[in-house]
Amino acid sequence: MPEITREQVAHLARLSRLALDESELDAMASQLGVILGAVAQISEVTDAADVPPTTHAVPVENVTRPDVVVPSLDRDEVLAGAPAAEDGRFRVPRILDAE
Amino acid sequence: MTDAVPYAQALAEFEPVIGLETHVELGTASKMFCGCDTSFGAEPNTHTCPVCLGLPGALPVVNALAIESTVRIGLALHCDIARWCRFARKNYFYPDMPKNFQTSQYDEPLCTDGYLDVDVPQADGTVEVVRVPIERVHLEEDTGKSLHVGGATGRIHGASHSLVDYNRAGIPLVEIVTKPVVGTGALPAEVAKAYVTELRDVLRGLGVSDVRMEQGSLRCDVNVSLNRPGEEWGTRSETKNVNSLRSVERAVRSEVERQAGRLRSGQRIVQETRHFHEDSGLSTSGRSKEEATDYRYFPEPDLVPIAPDEAWVAELRAALPEAPSVRRKKLTEELGLSVLDSQAMVNAGVLDAVLATVEAGAPAAEARNWWLGHLAQAANARGVDAADLPIRPEQVARVVALVAAGSLTAGLARQVVDGVLAGEGDPDDVVAARGLAVVSDEGALGAAVDEALAAQPATADKVRAGKVAAVGALVGAVMKSTRGQADASVVRRLLLERLGVPE
Amino acid sequence: MSTPPGGDLTRLTAAETAEVIASGQASAVEVTRAHLDRIAAVDGAVHAFLHVDEAGAIAQAEAVDAAVADRATTTGALAGVPLALKDVLVTRGVPTTAGSRILEGWIPPYDATVTSRLRAAGLVMIGKTNMDEFAMGSSTEHSAYGPTHNPWDLGRIPGGSGGGSAAAVAAFEAPLAVGTDTGGSIRQPASVTGTVGVKPTYGGVSRYGLVAFSSSLDQAGPCARTVLDAALLHEAMAGHDPLDSTSIDAPVPPVVEAARQADVRGLRIGVVRELAGEGYEQGVQERFDEAVALLQELGATVSEVSCPHFAYALPAYYLIAPSEASSNLARFDSVRYGLRVGDDGGNSLEQVMSLTRAAGFGPEVKRRIILGTFALSSGYYDAYYGQAQKVRTLITRDFTAAFETVDVLVSPASPGVAFPLGAKLDDPLAMYRQDLATIPSNLYGGPAMSLPVGLSEGLPVGLQVMAPTMRDDLLYRVGGALEAALQDRWGGTLLSLAPELPTRQSPAPHPEV
Ligand SMILES: [Mg+2]
Ligand SMILES: [Zn+2]
Repeated sequence: MPEITREQVAHLARLSRLALDESELDAMASQLGVILGAVAQISEVTDAADVPPTTHAVPVENVTRPDVVVPSLDRDEVLAGAPAAEDGRFRVPRILDAE
Repeated sequence: MTDAVPYAQALAEFEPVIGLETHVELGTASKMFCGCDTSFGAEPNTHTCPVCLGLPGALPVVNALAIESTVRIGLALHCDIARWCRFARKNYFYPDMPKNFQTSQYDEPLCTDGYLDVDVPQADGTVEVVRVPIERVHLEEDTGKSLHVGGATGRIHGASHSLVDYNRAGIPLVEIVTKPVVGTGALPAEVAKAYVTELRDVLRGLGVSDVRMEQGSLRCDVNVSLNRPGEEWGTRSETKNVNSLRSVERAVRSEVERQAGRLRSGQRIVQETRHFHEDSGLSTSGRSKEEATDYRYFPEPDLVPIAPDEAWVAELRAALPEAPSVRRKKLTEELGLSVLDSQAMVNAGVLDAVLATVEAGAPAAEARNWWLGHLAQAANARGVDAADLPIRPEQVARVVALVAAGSLTAGLARQVVDGVLAGEGDPDDVVAARGLAVVSDEGALGAAVDEALAAQPATADKVRAGKVAAVGALVGAVMKSTRGQADASVVRRLLLERLGVPE
Repeated sequence: MSTPPGGDLTRLTAAETAEVIASGQASAVEVTRAHLDRIAAVDGAVHAFLHVDEAGAIAQAEAVDAAVADRATTTGALAGVPLALKDVLVTRGVPTTAGSRILEGWIPPYDATVTSRLRAAGLVMIGKTNMDEFAMGSSTEHSAYGPTHNPWDLGRIPGGSGGGSAAAVAAFEAPLAVGTDTGGSIRQPASVTGTVGVKPTYGGVSRYGLVAFSSSLDQAGPCARTVLDAALLHEAMAGHDPLDSTSIDAPVPPVVEAARQADVRGLRIGVVRELAGEGYEQGVQERFDEAVALLQELGATVSEVSCPHFAYALPAYYLIAPSEASSNLARFDSVRYGLRVGDDGGNSLEQVMSLTRAAGFGPEVKRRIILGTFALSSGYYDAYYGQAQKVRTLITRDFTAAFETVDVLVSPASPGVAFPLGAKLDDPLAMYRQDLATIPSNLYGGPAMSLPVGLSEGLPVGLQVMAPTMRDDLLYRVGGALEAALQDRWGGTLLSLAPELPTRQSPAPHPEV
């Protein structure tokens, strides 16, 4: 079973912007280990076979749209859904950590 | 802090390796993956929709013209065009990026392996051609813009909060990446500037972007490393936010000086992102602690692969405009501009603008005079390159034409150009709005002529007495009272008529 | 038609409902009211709905009635029929949560293509149905708003993630519902609630406006009580959409015609060897075998077919889906919509984002985000996500090879009948195994259907039909034939055997404040 450490989970949580507490990190580490153990069996078939990966179920290519402008949304409606807005813009907390 | 080593001295001691990543906003009418308007300067968040806001459920659809423009750029840069490629998601969190991934290209760019030949002015006054190798050209999307509030001068540092506008989010962005450029010797900064200048001219010639550095539609990241001769390449830094031609040169120059200073005193160069400051011409370290970035690229499942048809690519190749370098050579030969002259224009980065002005109908001498004269002064006053001024060659040509037609005097023409630079519209708009047309109507001028004669009776007598040259003072007075709008030759004729002196 | 005026309008099929409305026997408003009343009476116990749009539904029904009255206007085949939408499809002006706390209170400013198409076809959207958060689950217990209960036994799960849509249809709260199926989320709920559920060919129905879970697998489809009803809804929602780049630009397969044809004579049916045996309940296997025998009686040729790589479908799915989900769910960041937690002036944006996502996502969603982030991270991509994409190729090859010898494949839709609420909540792997039989079609992209074939321990059992891509019509041929034969044996629909639900009279309006 692949060993997933708590530190690894903490790093993944940081990458995915999830503030997990200590007990969640522990629980997640052991569950991930179990799940990864269960999915590891796929290498049984893929290691042996020289197969290309499939990324799209239906093989379609070159789907594009013409360069034509279509009306945008009404800004009031857009900002109405925002947790905070100011001067026609989305308001967010300061981006950098306080030094 | 170690002392920087002066540029020339640094390059006598170390070999530079430079690299440039250029981001170009394409001039499509609509965004990369949605139909929102791309025009600059709209009210914040009025050019947004579910797709470019990353609303739940929204899906992207590729702008066909963006693909075409990217392929044309690749062809103009002598690249191979991919037979089959996919978009990828580049995953990282940033508030300017609505989906928290950028739809970009990763290991399958549309164009690879090209080059661009650039003219580099040498210290001895000659111009040498340097071939800059191109690694890749790929297509992605731009981010929104944040306004930082509550800190000093709108900087992100010290801000209490930020305000985000997504109008620019999703504008098609082409990234052009050079391979490491070696062998630039004593001129890495000059090569970097010449490359960006030439690239900009190529892009403008293709008509794929308005390449306005001051509006951010052309932006550069500059990579620099130094090594002692015979040693391996040094650690490189990446300077971001280089937003004018002269800054490209300054950014390389200051980074060469900074790194040489560190290396000379035995310090390491940290692999880092640095931010360039237009005001000081210096850069500062972007991140104190190097954050482990892992973009977790994977093929974008919401978009299908792009497989450019070979016949279509061949058509695009055949229809490419002449390369600026070829066009320049041809035109300078045709027009008989002296080598020295064209070199002055290369140095000022305006050769392309001059030629475009000529192509728009202006005589070569007039075009050159404008770009090396009044416009060069205006650029200097603004601290930008003349080619970055908010005036187009066609607009300059129009002013030249108005002068030739007698509708503008030289002085009025300068006022019209200043109006265009001030954003008052096309030359004809400025003429109309400022009321700058030459007045040659004799009735309208008569009163001013009479006034001048009455004000300077002594001068009038001199002229009557046969000193015709003295009429110049009277003409000047009329020109002054009409604020330069009078047709000087008509004024002179009227004055002489009134004074009964034959021409 | 068996409904005299005054009869229970909620017991009609969708096809019958449309006819009753078109012929003027009942108005669309009356039909809508009957269903709103039914919801008021039973949904307290079932909890199929997260939001009921009473005003919007009545307004839409009135518009249909006006169109019916105006002879000049032609109305669609399902005009006036009430519809429940899984809460993962965005609805302009009507809340959409995807079963998550992080979207609580969000009012979308736009309609999903499916939403707008069905509105335009005259269907009356009565509400949004409960689901596992972001469609991650097989029991609807991972909804942030509490579980849905199986109308056959309120102590049991209705399947998932589209348990709300299946339960709404099974509980006669709506004749039709839309579900979405990433790994079985339409078919497994259909199986355990005794209803019909279809996952169309990937690309057959637009995903524009479907809150993404796993983009390369997600597909919306119909939930109904009969095969014909499913076909009618399928036809109304499917078709090319220029707003979805993965949408197939081809005519919708003739699903309604096939459902009416309901003929399997000469059809070659393959029983998938790997989707049986260990892990499949005995009662499920028995009902399945009987149904296969019945298909043979109806004139189909039945043979056993091996799809050796199906065994690897589940692990491949649990790498692909979480990987794509980890990226798709990154947009829930507290900036443009949804929840924001911890914006106290002190916390930075990164802290606020992390706190918001920690508070707004439930444990299963967090588990999959972490798993997907891991599977995509540098150094692991090739071993996990990359390998899973190769399994996808192998599974597609299995299907392609099988369809050289048979026209459709069949299997049990779910390895078991509905299990008690809470039984598998602490064992993610056991929960994941609910989708053993349904996942292969998602990885391949082909269409698949679950339809009821009887009871085991008094609970419904579903049979799955799988067809080649863009041969969705074959599902309906098989389903229609099997349904007719089974209903002959049962003397009615399977759902008519379901126990009556406890009802609650809608509370009288209280005059006091
Ligand atoms: Mg980039
Ligand atoms: Zn947009």
